[in-house]
Amino acid sequence: MGFLPYAIAAWLFVVGLWGIVVSRNLVRTVLCLTVVQSSTYLVLVGVGYRAGGKAPIVADIPVVERLVDPTVQVLVLTDIVIEATVTALLLALVVQAHKRFGSIDPADLRAISD
Amino acid sequence: MPVITALPIVVPILGAALLVVARTFVPRWGQDTFAVAIVAASATLLALVLARAIHHPFAYWMGGWRPVHGVTIGISLSIDPIGAGLALFAMLLVGAALVYALKYFDAVDGLFHVLMMLFGAAMVGFCLTGDLFNLVVFFELMGAVAYALTAYEIEERAPLQGAINFAISNSVAGYAMFIALAMLYARTGALNMAQIGATLDGHPADPLVIVAMVLLFAGFLTKAAAVPLHFWLADAHAVAPTPVCVLFSGVMIELGVYAVARIYWVIFAGPMHAHAIALRSILLVLGVTTALIGAAMCTAQRHIKRLLAFSSISHIGMFVCGIALLDHKALAGVAVHVVGHGLAKAALFMLAGVLLHRFATIDEFDLHGRGRELPWVTGPLFALGGLLLAACPIFTTFMGKSLLDEASSGAGQGWLVAVFIAASALTGGAVLRVAGRIFLGWGPSEGPDPLQARAAQEQGDELNEPRDNTPAPMLAVPAVLLALALAVALIPSMVPGFERAAALFTDHGGYAQWVLRAAPVPLPQLPASHISGDDVLYGALSVLGALVAAAVGLFGRPLREALPGQLREPALATIHGLRRLHSGHIGDYIAWWTAGAGVLGAACLLAL
Repeated sequence: MGFLPYAIAAWLFVVGLWGIVVSRNLVRTVLCLTVVQSSTYLVLVGVGYRAGGKAPIVADIPVVERLVDPTVQVLVLTDIVIEATVTALLLALVVQAHKRFGSIDPADLRAISD
Repeated sequence: MPVITALPIVVPILGAALLVVARTFVPRWGQDTFAVAIVAASATLLALVLARAIHHPFAYWMGGWRPVHGVTIGISLSIDPIGAGLALFAMLLVGAALVYALKYFDAVDGLFHVLMMLFGAAMVGFCLTGDLFNLVVFFELMGAVAYALTAYEIEERAPLQGAINFAISNSVAGYAMFIALAMLYARTGALNMAQIGATLDGHPADPLVIVAMVLLFAGFLTKAAAVPLHFWLADAHAVAPTPVCVLFSGVMIELGVYAVARIYWVIFAGPMHAHAIALRSILLVLGVTTALIGAAMCTAQRHIKRLLAFSSISHIGMFVCGIALLDHKALAGVAVHVVGHGLAKAALFMLAGVLLHRFATIDEFDLHGRGRELPWVTGPLFALGGLLLAACPIFTTFMGKSLLDEASSGAGQGWLVAVFIAASALTGGAVLRVAGRIFLGWGPSEGPDPLQARAAQEQGDELNEPRDNTPAPMLAVPAVLLALALAVALIPSMVPGFERAAALFTDHGGYAQWVLRAAPVPLPQLPASHISGDDVLYGALSVLGALVAAAVGLFGRPLREALPGQLREPALATIHGLRRLHSGHIGDYIAWWTAGAGVLGAACLLAL
């Protein structure tokens, strides 16, 4: 695997940010945010990967020699829970914004500016 | 003792879970009583934890997974006086905001109380944890609750926009931190901050460590709202319900600064030791920019909550400068100033809420002279808040600023004193200007720019109906907070106590000893610093500057118009340019975030 997962993670992080910057639709903005976040899954899982390692499930199963690191997988689970929470909250706000502004183009949200 | 260490976090989370279920058949007064009782219980527990940490700091290991021979796979709460004290301060502000909110909202469905308890728990966890992953998770929990609280008035337009900008900016920051912690885990195999720090010790800073540090700093400085990662703050603070603003400005953003200090001294102080001067310069640029841009934007506002929000950004800049000095005395100054600023700013937001509650507008010019209809005490309280922001001798913010001034001079960066005075004077002066216009009816009643009036009108729609009286708690709570801001630093052993706690906080090797080896590390003994004539002079200068700034803001229009065009035009263009950057467009904000994080990263990689 080597360098590849980190290169892809960096790409996902940057392309997600780019998507947020140019988005004309808040649903797309939120989805781009999840693209940014998916880079964190790749980095975490990549860090714990061992060549030839088995899934780290050891209850009732004889321990094989090589396991991938279970810690980072737990971190990814937590990360996913956070993503679910934030994405659900944001999509609810977007639905509400559509009701109140009649648009989900960030450029049309003009209740605040300086 | 160990068992109760985790309870200040657990109690409010359980309370929140209970109230979610019970809220449909509990009346409003029951919800209020329950939430205040839970917060009081958590604060009492925190006071007990702090009382022990003052003697010597200690670590609590969840489930008894203690370190063996200085190596840990467990999760710890690592309690030192600064962390426990900040947690206690956060919980007390949550209590104050709840009491203030008793009469502020007419209809509350219980969810507000639930969110406030969760917010308190997240902030306390953030302050107490010794684990990098938990730090990031508490950051996210704090964030998710804060986004929901910002958009609490879900039927209004401005809160929706503010919450969306807040949520996306802070989520991006959180993901940057996830990547950083994965990098540090890959390097050290540890998530405990003390363990990561101990493992990195003795190795020079390589690009992986530097990039991880930059990502963590960028993440926490987004929460702290350092320029140019700050754009979400003014939007969220201007539109969130007032009791929530109290917590945002009073303590939440300061937690970002706390985290930067914590991870620097626990994790990176070893590898960065050789590069301290370069790192100091980079952070100073960031801090000074934040302090000055925040102050300039603060004076240019007529929406009072937005004005207070930019004043917070300016103060965050001062705090970042304090951290940048990488010195225990400066850190003590930051800690004292955070308490003084937090109390004063919380009280000012509450008083802004009094105006909003009574008149259903938060525009400085709309409110011209109308403050006289309020109880007489409101105006003096507001002005006192302004004086405290201007670091008026000899109160808490002055004590904090004096320590910062002394540390700057001691580090050969005496020019910082001028920045601190300018930021204090401009932000305090803006508040005094508002006080003069609203409560005394001074100055013109028409703003220079009619377009802004409409914006302020729209952003003030948190409460739509004007009322004809102000409930007592809405004035009593800010009065108590301001009294505390006057008194805290005057308690004899208080400021020396902060200095000793800060010296312990900055002891990189000592932290690993008491966390990983349970070694009893007492607070260091230090010679107490004294207020010198210079400190009083600087304090007097910033108060004088605030009075001048307020006078120019109120009566200076003829003066400004008399300025020759070649002076006036560039100044106006700068302010207009700055204002236009705060466009309310999330795409712009993320572009600035990316650029800011990129420049910070490039600077660190080149200089360190």
